[in-house]
Formats: sequence, structure tokens, C-alpha cells
Amino acid sequence: MSEQGFEAAGLTKRFGKVTALDGVSLAAPRGQVLGLLGPNGAGKTTMIRILATLLRPDGGRASVAGLDVVRHAGEVRRRIALSGQHTSVDEELTGAANLVMIGRLLDLPRAQAVRRATELLARFGLDEAAKRPVAGYSGGMRRRLDLAASLVGHPEVVFLDEPSVGLDPGKRDELWQMIRGLSADGVTVLLTTQYLEEADALADAVAVIDHGRVIASGTPAELKSQVGGHTIALRPDDPVDTDAAALILADVAGRAPERSSRHELVVPVSGDEAFFEIAARLREHHIGVSELSLRLPSLDEVFLSLTGTPTDHEPTKAAS
Amino acid sequence: MTTTTPALSTAVAPPPARPMAWLRHSLVLAGRSLAKTTRNPGPVINGVVTPALFMVLFVYLFGGSVAGSTATYLQYLFPGILVMGAGLAGMVSTGSAINLDLKNGVTDRFRSLPISRLAPLLGSVLADIVRYLLAVAVLFALGALLGFRVHGGLAGALAAAGLAILFGFCLSWVTVFVGVLVRSAETVLAISFISFLPVQLGTSLAAPVETLPGWLRSWAEINPVTHVMDACRALLNGAPVGDTVTTTLVWCAALFLVFCPLAVRAYSRQQ
Ligand SMILES: Nc1ncnc2c1ncn2[C@@H]1O[C@H](COP(=O)(O)OP(=O)(O)OP(=O)(O)O)[C@@H](O)[C@H]1O
Ligand SMILES: [Mg+2]
Repeated sequence: MSEQGFEAAGLTKRFGKVTALDGVSLAAPRGQVLGLLGPNGAGKTTMIRILATLLRPDGGRASVAGLDVVRHAGEVRRRIALSGQHTSVDEELTGAANLVMIGRLLDLPRAQAVRRATELLARFGLDEAAKRPVAGYSGGMRRRLDLAASLVGHPEVVFLDEPSVGLDPGKRDELWQMIRGLSADGVTVLLTTQYLEEADALADAVAVIDHGRVIASGTPAELKSQVGGHTIALRPDDPVDTDAAALILADVAGRAPERSSRHELVVPVSGDEAFFEIAARLREHHIGVSELSLRLPSLDEVFLSLTGTPTDHEPTKAAS
Repeated sequence: MTTTTPALSTAVAPPPARPMAWLRHSLVLAGRSLAKTTRNPGPVINGVVTPALFMVLFVYLFGGSVAGSTATYLQYLFPGILVMGAGLAGMVSTGSAINLDLKNGVTDRFRSLPISRLAPLLGSVLADIVRYLLAVAVLFALGALLGFRVHGGLAGALAAAGLAILFGFCLSWVTVFVGVLVRSAETVLAISFISFLPVQLGTSLAAPVETLPGWLRSWAEINPVTHVMDACRALLNGAPVGDTVTTTLVWCAALFLVFCPLAVRAYSRQQ
């Protein structure tokens, strides 16, 4: 087994005039979780589709488990699993039938395919819905079935394109546990997400792409230190206390907080120490709060600081 | 899904590819297609009801005036209806099923699996064969009920059924190709529906080609379906087949050899 999970060097891909990938290089050793962050249209899905042999790159090369994705596509497919951005399960079949079919296509004997399906359905909390056609599943159930479908074959490398979209917080936490479990078992995971929080919770390394280029990479901690620290948001119970609370925030954070219309105060801080300090002082002054939170920088803030542009822009259009 | 559960996925060396995998995978996918048919039998029922309706309609509306008696006319009409039934059974389901898979992303899943790219297409078409058999059996039963008698013996009947099914199979590759190329399932259905008239009715189905008006006659003479119907008619009625069977086989080969590779290529390219 290769010690390399996957590797891409200088990948380019164009769709007509749109440059989806403009020389992307990424790599992850075996067992690592690499988070691929980027705004809409950044090229995340394109990247995953090339690595999963669904698309041919126009330039550059990529390999999965040491095998070239173009020349050895068949061998690569034996080692990967893909859970696409849009779920890809058969609506008319039952959840169980979907998984058994994939097991059979992966050359498992029938009994074993059934066993594996039952096991995965239970693991993903779908045992009750197993015998119902997928058409009647909720969005989150479909998503979980899709994830289960990609794990039928014990893959070495797993590609997950925005896997937590549509999951409620409890199910999302379970998904995160499961991804950590995969990684602990030596499975390499490439995960795309719009949420820094998710990358932070899961990824050993993060690459941020925009306009088909890697604009930052490193561990989540490194990335965040590039972006700056946390943000504290506070909403007093009683709007009368807003001014007093603002004074405390300004004193601890060293700068005046911003006020939103709903009596919310927001201020950037450099570490969690400030949070405890603020909490203590609020208590001292008997100021009740309905909301007090320490937030990570949002993806928007990451982008703002990395690119100096807001995230809601269109992808690169090459000059015609 | 908790930390204490055993390994969800331990990467093990994948088993080596086994021989005949493409055929096995195609059969698995054919099973999938049939499971869907039992759940949603609409297209199959449609493929039997439409020709059955035409049969009843034509026999009782025109039978007397065209052939002198409904019984004589049924002997003429039934083989054509059989060919229509086999053709429809494949035409209606395969193209739209494949189109739906492409739209729902199911195709993406198949493409990321270590299976032949031919398997999803072949699977669907193989499942059609079961649907053809069903359609052909039901039509034979209905025909017998209305008074159709096979004069070509068991061999003739089997040959006619086989020929109709073979042709339906080869023709279905055209729908598969269309299903892969066209974006929406509705368009696929519309195309099947519109082509139904010239392809199935612009033939010797209801009356011998010689009796058709000039323009229709020229079309019906070119239309391969005419040859299949003529061949089945001769086989079922114990009449000399002439070159109709050969022509049918040539057409089958031509349709298959042109549209199967085209469909597979378009399917592999679709992204
Ligand atoms: N099949 C295609 N045909 C034409 N353009 C495409 C195709 N696939 C992707 N693109 C374009 O390539 C660019 C990158 O798309 P991609 O789907 O990789 O982005 P993404 O990062 O996954 O975005 P999102 O967060 O919205 O999923 C976009 O501008 C998109 O319009
Ligand atoms: Mg995407």
C-alpha cells in the first residue's frame, strides 16, 4: 500500500472559457484529512472529480494511492470512494437495495453485501428506513445513505464533497466522528467545505482555493493565525446594559466594539483569555447576557484577509 | 457512529479483478432495473397496453372492410403488433431510465466504481429483454384470445418472437443513445412518442405496403420495422419468408453496431 494518499501537481481544467482549475497542487499522506476550502465556484468539486477519475485534467498530473488517475483510472477506482456534492443514490430503490447493489458491483458475494449494507445502515442510523424507497427520505437521510454508499468497499481514499450539507447538528457531529474514525484507520480523506469550523474540527491540513488557485495552505491553526484571532459577540439581557457592557468589552479587547441594531456587540480578540475575562467582569457588574459567544473567523473573514476581496464574486473568466 | 464502534473502513488490499466482471456487473444492474420495474410497472404496462389497444381497435374497426373478416385481418395484423410491443417495451424504459440516472448523479457513482463503463448501459438493456419477453407473452395470449392462430408451427412462433425481441433490443440502443445525449427525461419521452408514429405505424403494420399511398409507401419501404413485421408475419403464418429475415438481421446488426458504440462513447464522455 502506498504511503501517499493522493497528490496533485499543477492541475488545470477549463470548461469552455471558464478556468475551473488554474494549476492546483495538493497532497496528503496516507491517513490524513485534507480540508479543501473555497467559495462557490472556486473549483473544489472539479478538483474532487478529477481525483475521483470522473473528469480528465487538461494539464498537470494527479495520483491516488500512487496510481495516476488518468493512466490507471481503473485501478484508482478500486481504491477510492466518492460522495458527491449532490447525492447520487437511486431514488426508486430502497436504502438497503442501494447499498447491496454497490456491494455486488464491488464483487462482494451476495450474503456479504447484505451484511455490509445492514452494518452501514445501522451505523448511519438508517435501519428503520432501510426497507423504504429513497424517494421518501429526507435530505439528511439521503446524504447519510450517500455517505454509507461510499464506504461499502473499504476504500483507501475517500472524497467527500461538502458532506455536512443538510445534516442537523447531531448528525453532523456523528459524521465528524466517523471521518475521524476513518482517518484513524489509515484512510485518507479529502473533504471540501464552506465552513472553516468544519475544517478546523476535522482537517490535519487545509488548502484554501479561489479562482482555481491555492491561495493559502497549512494546518488550521496556521491558517487562523494568518487570519487573526477570534471574535466575541455579546447581547445583554437588558438593552439598558449595552453601554456598560460595551465599556467592559472595550477595556478587555483594547478596542471599541461594533454595535449592531439588535443590541449586539461584536469585537475581535486575540485569544480565549479575553473571553473568560469578559465573562468574569460581566458577572461582577451583574450584567445578564442572552448571548455571549467566542467565534472563529468565518470563511468570509478568511477570504477577506487572504484575498482582500469579498467571497461573492464570479469565477475567473479567461479573456476570449 | 460513535468512537467506540469498530473500524468503519479499514483499507484492505482490493481483491484482484475477476474475469467476466463486466457481464456480472451488467447482470447486477439488470437486476436493479427489474427491481425498479416491479416497483413502478407503468412503462411496461404501457408497452403492452398500447399495442394491445391498437390490435383491438384495428381488428374491429377496419378488419371487416380491409380484409373481409376480422379473423383474416387478425392473422395479418398480429405479427406487426408483436413487433410493436417488443419495440415499445425497450424504447419506453431504457432511454429515460439512463437519462434519469445521469440527472440524479447515479451515473457519477457508477463511474467512480471499478466497473466497466458498458455495464450500466448493458444492464438496462438486458433488463429490457425480460420486459420484451413479458410483452411478447402477454400479446400472444391476447392474440390467441381474439382468435389468432399460429400456422407456422412452434418453430415459426419462436423464430418470430425471437426476431421481434432481437430487433427491439437493437432498436433500443438508439433510445439509449438519445437518452445519453438529451438533457431532460421529458424530452426523451417526447422523442420516443413522436418517433412512434413514423417508426411503428409507418410500416406494413395495418396494410400491405403495396396498398399505401405513394409517399407513405416510399417511407414504409425504407423503414426497417416493415421488414421485421413482414418477416414475423411470414413466420407466424407459415408463408415463405423470402429475404425478409435476412434483411431484418442485417438491420439489427447495423443498428447495434452503429448505436451501441455511439451510446457507450457518449456515456463515457458525459460529464
Ligand atoms: N461541467 C461544467 N461545465 C461548465 N462549467 C463548469 C462545469 N463544472 C464546473 N464548471 C465551472 O467551473 C468552476 C468551478 O466549479 P466547481 O463546481 O469546481 O466549484 P465549487 O468550488 O465546487 O463550487 P461550489 O461551492 O458552488 O460547489 C465554476 O465556475 C463552474 O461554473
Ligand atoms: Mg462544489
